[in-house]
Amino acid sequence: MADKRMTEDEVVAELESGMTIGIGGWGSRRKPMSLVRAILRSDLTDLHIVSYGGPDVGILTAAGKCRKVTYGFVSLDSIPLEPHFRAVRQGGLLPDFMELDEGAFYLGLMAAAHRVPFYPTRAGLGSAMLSENPELRTVTSPYGDGEELVAIPAFDMDAVLLHMNRADEKGNGQFLGPDLYFDDLFAMAGTKTYMSAEKIIATEDFLREGPVHTLKIPRTHVDGVVEAPMGAHFTECPPDYGRDEAFQREYAATAKDPEAWAQFRADWLELESHEAYRAKLEERGQA
Amino acid sequence: MSDTTEATLAEICIVALAEAFRGDGEVLCNPMGPVPVIAGRLARATFEPDLMLTDTIAYAIEGNLPLGGDPSDAVVESYMPFRTIFDQVWSGKRHVVMGAPQIDRYGNQNFAAIGDDYRKPKAQLLGMRGAPGNLINHATTYWIPTQVRSFVESVDVVSGPGNDTIASLPEATGRFHEIRRVVTDLGAYDFETSDGTMRVRSLHPGVTLEQAQEASAFELTVTGEVPESRLPTDEERHLIREVFDPNGVRNGEFR
Repeated sequence: MADKRMTEDEVVAELESGMTIGIGGWGSRRKPMSLVRAILRSDLTDLHIVSYGGPDVGILTAAGKCRKVTYGFVSLDSIPLEPHFRAVRQGGLLPDFMELDEGAFYLGLMAAAHRVPFYPTRAGLGSAMLSENPELRTVTSPYGDGEELVAIPAFDMDAVLLHMNRADEKGNGQFLGPDLYFDDLFAMAGTKTYMSAEKIIATEDFLREGPVHTLKIPRTHVDGVVEAPMGAHFTECPPDYGRDEAFQREYAATAKDPEAWAQFRADWLELESHEAYRAKLEERGQA
Repeated sequence: MSDTTEATLAEICIVALAEAFRGDGEVLCNPMGPVPVIAGRLARATFEPDLMLTDTIAYAIEGNLPLGGDPSDAVVESYMPFRTIFDQVWSGKRHVVMGAPQIDRYGNQNFAAIGDDYRKPKAQLLGMRGAPGNLINHATTYWIPTQVRSFVESVDVVSGPGNDTIASLPEATGRFHEIRRVVTDLGAYDFETSDGTMRVRSLHPGVTLEQAQEASAFELTVTGEVPESRLPTDEERHLIREVFDPNGVRNGEFR
């Protein structure tokens, strides 16, 4: 069986500018932040990010890495509006975006995972989701009712990045928190899927960590595994750790001031490795 | 009943929001924000016992959990991760309470972005979030703490479609659409009108029709005598003050 272990930088070396990249998690929850920071310090650009957006989208758009973002929302949860993303949107600095109903977003993931061109839904009819996204099409039911529905297109993604609580080196993933979000669909939808995890464990230890229902990412859909303790920091990754609210507030506050943002990036986000980031967190007394 | 002082504005709004759930029966009551969450829990604790409510994380819970209370103290009756919430939306057994930074006469709501240019907005707000899907699939109520800011002539972007928008679509499309209620700092409104416009259902104590109209950029529909919003009962006051919100979080929503 293949050993799929990689480092963050090895994952990023597999990515190319211009790619569509899906990022798992939800808002400021269980985001693959060590991988996001590895993208930030790379020369990748012109990316199309697909995400239930949180600081992943805030960081990558504020750093000018994105040509497009497909999202249902971009939020830090305890700070409802992601301030970096707001500044980008309000400054007209994001060339393109598709803002969807957050449930419709799930259907775009599912369509890509199931390799069908779209899934139909009523969501979007009568709202700006349709009128502002002219590339969205409707379909007419082929059955007697003839109802018109929105066809949410498959989110085909060149690469997907996820963070799990546990993984084995073969690429099976386990979530131990209250919500998987849509990470299994992300994994299946990605042409290549890279998964970081708090801890890589032996396969036979999975069921000591949690019930069988937590084993939601099958290795058939995972191409690389990165061991990244505190890999979701500052987003939450329960039960391993909660959100680092103080750190998140600091991050959010830098949206107001380009100098503070540059400093924060240099101090934290652009450190040369996840190990360096963790060491610095430890100094701060938070890891 | 330790505290019998007069009901506050927040408490009157909570009761008006709770009233929006009357008759809902066995649905997922999904309020967003402290005042609506208190209202949903209050409705279940009093006149609408079959409602299902979440801990606002991923579990449907029984009992009277206080705001910010530890959900691990509560009895879990079902699992409601986000995926199940969306399935629940599409299945229709849900009544949501959302905010509305902008709402018009027909109940078109915007919490996505403010400004003439959606591609470069003056203010990026929440985005579409769940509004398009919620509105077209099940009952929706809006909670608006400052009416004068939100009641606009026309919304900049439609995130949640209103009655005129729905009327322009094929009948089948809008068959599950229902804007049940709009509750503000001044009164409660509904759409029980022949033309789908917003009607004054009740005004909070001390608020005149003139004041309510002045705090609206569109004409409010009035049919007959407008009653005063009802006050919390002794039991409701006790539940709000001692059980659901002992720390007074509810008062922080009015700015």
